Amino acid sequence: MSDGPPSIWEWIGRNWDTGRADSIRNLLTDHLTMSLVPIVLSLVLALPLGLACARWRWLYQPTSGLMNVIYALPSLPVFMLLISVTGLSQTTVIIPLTFYGMAVLIPAVVDGLRSVPDHVRQSAVAMGFTPLRRLLRVELPIAVPVVLAGLRVVAVSSISLVSVGALIGQGGLGGLFTRAYQNPFMPPVIVGIVLIVALALVADALIVLAQRLLTPWVRARKGMAS
Amino acid sequence: MSWLTSFFSWLGEFFGTAANWSGPGGIPMRLLEHLEFSALALALAVVIAVPVGLLIGHTGRGEVIVVVSANLARALPTLGLLVMFVLLLGTASIWPVIIPLVLLSVPPILVNTYEGIRGVDPELRDAAYGMGLRGGQVLTRALVPVALPLILLGCRLSAIQVVATTTVAAYTGLGGLGRYVIDGFATKDYASVVGGSVLIVLFALVVQILFALAQRVAVSPGVSQRQRIR
Amino acid sequence: MRRSWHGGRGPATSERSRVITFDAVTKRYPDGTVAVDSLSLEAPTGEITVLVGPSGCGKTTSLRMINRMIDASEGRILLDGKPVQGIDPPTLRRGIGYVIQQAGLFPHRKIVDNVATVPYLLGWDRKKARSRAMELLERVGLDPALAGRYPFQLSGGQQQRVGVARALAADPPVLLMDEPFSAVDPIVRTSLQEELLRLQSELRKTIVFVTHDIDEAIKLGDRVAVLRVGGRLAQVADPRTLLTEPADDFVREFLGHDRGIRRLQFVPTDGLRLRTDLTVEEGAERGAAEPWLLVVDGDGRPLGWASGARPGELERYGTFVHGRDSMRAALDAALLSPSGCAVAVDEGGRVVGVATRESLDQALAEAADV
Ligand SMILES: Nc1ncnc2c1ncn2[C@@H]1O[C@H](COP(=O)(O)OP(=O)(O)OP(=O)(O)O)[C@@H](O)[C@H]1O
Ligand SMILES: [Mg+2]
Repeated sequence: MSDGPPSIWEWIGRNWDTGRADSIRNLLTDHLTMSLVPIVLSLVLALPLGLACARWRWLYQPTSGLMNVIYALPSLPVFMLLISVTGLSQTTVIIPLTFYGMAVLIPAVVDGLRSVPDHVRQSAVAMGFTPLRRLLRVELPIAVPVVLAGLRVVAVSSISLVSVGALIGQGGLGGLFTRAYQNPFMPPVIVGIVLIVALALVADALIVLAQRLLTPWVRARKGMAS
Repeated sequence: MSWLTSFFSWLGEFFGTAANWSGPGGIPMRLLEHLEFSALALALAVVIAVPVGLLIGHTGRGEVIVVVSANLARALPTLGLLVMFVLLLGTASIWPVIIPLVLLSVPPILVNTYEGIRGVDPELRDAAYGMGLRGGQVLTRALVPVALPLILLGCRLSAIQVVATTTVAAYTGLGGLGRYVIDGFATKDYASVVGGSVLIVLFALVVQILFALAQRVAVSPGVSQRQRIR
Repeated sequence: MRRSWHGGRGPATSERSRVITFDAVTKRYPDGTVAVDSLSLEAPTGEITVLVGPSGCGKTTSLRMINRMIDASEGRILLDGKPVQGIDPPTLRRGIGYVIQQAGLFPHRKIVDNVATVPYLLGWDRKKARSRAMELLERVGLDPALAGRYPFQLSGGQQQRVGVARALAADPPVLLMDEPFSAVDPIVRTSLQEELLRLQSELRKTIVFVTHDIDEAIKLGDRVAVLRVGGRLAQVADPRTLLTEPADDFVREFLGHDRGIRRLQFVPTDGLRLRTDLTVEEGAERGAAEPWLLVVDGDGRPLGWASGARPGELERYGTFVHGRDSMRAALDAALLSPSGCAVAVDEGGRVVGVATRESLDQALAEAADV
């Protein structure tokens, strides 16, 4: 660094693919893994649990209470406590993020299913849908917008939350922040923030796109109204 | 289950050490610091976000601010923001750390206050004006009491955020319970890490309970019966 | 408040009652919709003026221009001769009761405090405001025990009564009501309507009442203004004139196909010819000449029709109060009974005579000539 501080672009170029574990490219890959796994996993787990809560109403109160408590737990101490079980691995970050995701998605699934108007459900019954068919063909599709709205929240916050993992050495792009702090230097911070926000925006846009494809009627209705 | 035995032995070690209970690095002191920073940031966030949320909700102007800030706050990485502010402003005072704490806790309050006011039954708003309440009276006597569950929800979500972020902020030199975790991790003092973590988790849960109680006390039974609170 | 030339023309409480005048009022919304088009109309002191018309014809808009919830684009609205446009809206509104469809009660306040809202605003002391609220709850037919409840603990009909009580709390001379009874079931609606008429006979407020239900309009209105879509006045008249002389096809259509029958409710029964030779006291000897005879008890109250064909059995009968009830009630009474005759009774329920088919026919023919 004798010839003055390098520009951000120079710094990116030099650190993009160094072959070491902390190259930007590797950090990006780690970041994607540690955020995508919880996003997908929390959705996969929340669907059956949410369905169960909608089906057996007594289950909802305790479940949502538990989810509220989980949601309130700060991530860093939870990571720290998990270290003694799962070690300094990606799993230590993935598990809590999955639970945070479920804390948002289970209520979303229940709300979504409850948003199915009663007359719609009744007429599906009257037309002779079996309960399973009714669920798959009528109730879940109507619940999709609410669930996906929840998934957008989960995706964006998981992507940004992964970076806290850097404090236990598993933070994906968050590693850029600790590196910048230890060796006071701004470019890595900027690059980290920009990349994380960009990832979040892309994930958000993909879910919006998925929603348009899955529920074409929502947009058609809005178009008619305007 | 060896991790469970070590977990408890660390806990015993942390809470059993007399030195951990006194002095500037002692548990009471750290607890107070954590409370102080969290409360300061939350109070500033409330002072900023509630009036703005009320104004935007009531007038319907500036809704873009709400949407953008909500999305941005979720997407911005806490740690990155903290490091950026400290690198920019130094560590001479606590403000370089408090500012990002406030920035991150404004949006949940803003969004929920806004949503709360927007969500009030238009008939109620209409009736309030129709009876001759003035703009400000409509807000304070009709809209706010009805929107209160959501406003408080926003404050609760913000408090969750603040407690967590204050913990992370220990990395950039802020005091508070996060110190035990950060310093312990750096020096491989696992008793400190585990003890500190447990303290923070308990702290967060107590804050939750306090907010639930506040909700009970502050929200009119006429409103809470009607509105389901998430 | 300045007394205008309208003052003193109305009934007893005219000092506090107000006439409302629409003077060529037009409302054009920003998107270009003309909701009310050059409306001139007077809502006289102490009377119920009903605005009726199909959905979207500008009833709500007209009503809300009176208390400046909406401001007129052109023309003037005068309250007791004074343009409302010159009055500070909140001050204006505190002197005008306002009742809307879902009652719009404050969910966070107990019923008694809901009713006392305007008195509180006017700076009454708490005790006085609350005792006034309690008095009004009773007045609108609510159990005072409900005072400590919250709105969600009341039925729709009860909430609507609270809405009326709240509007009356500060004793405003003017009451604006926008479809206040349309969200409750027909039975509750009827009782609310009757309650309003009873209240009005005591209070003599100047009421503007909006509805899209022509039956409600005719039942409640001293004057009925029919609006057509586009916010133009089609006709304004008392209900009877409206039914007998609709101004044009639109009004005729709007009044519906049973306009003729409904009109009968304005035809009195005092002129109806009654026969007194068709009643027979219980246990007395029955003449054989008539196919139907009305059996009455010792007090002269009806027991039922005896038929020559089926001796020993009493058949259903229908009554109307002679001179008070309308021809519609008389006809209704006749249709209720297999005898085809209506039983005329006095206010005490004692039989004064029988209206036969022939006499009803004759009265109907006369009514049709009007
Ligand atoms: N804020 C507004 N902006 C634009 N147009 C409006 C607005 N409010 C009402 N309108 C239009 O003005 C017309 C009259 O509306 P108004 O609400 O007065 O009708 P209404 O007679 O009360 O109907 P309803 O019986 O359905 O309540 C309608 O065509 C309506 O669409
Ligand atoms: Mg209307």
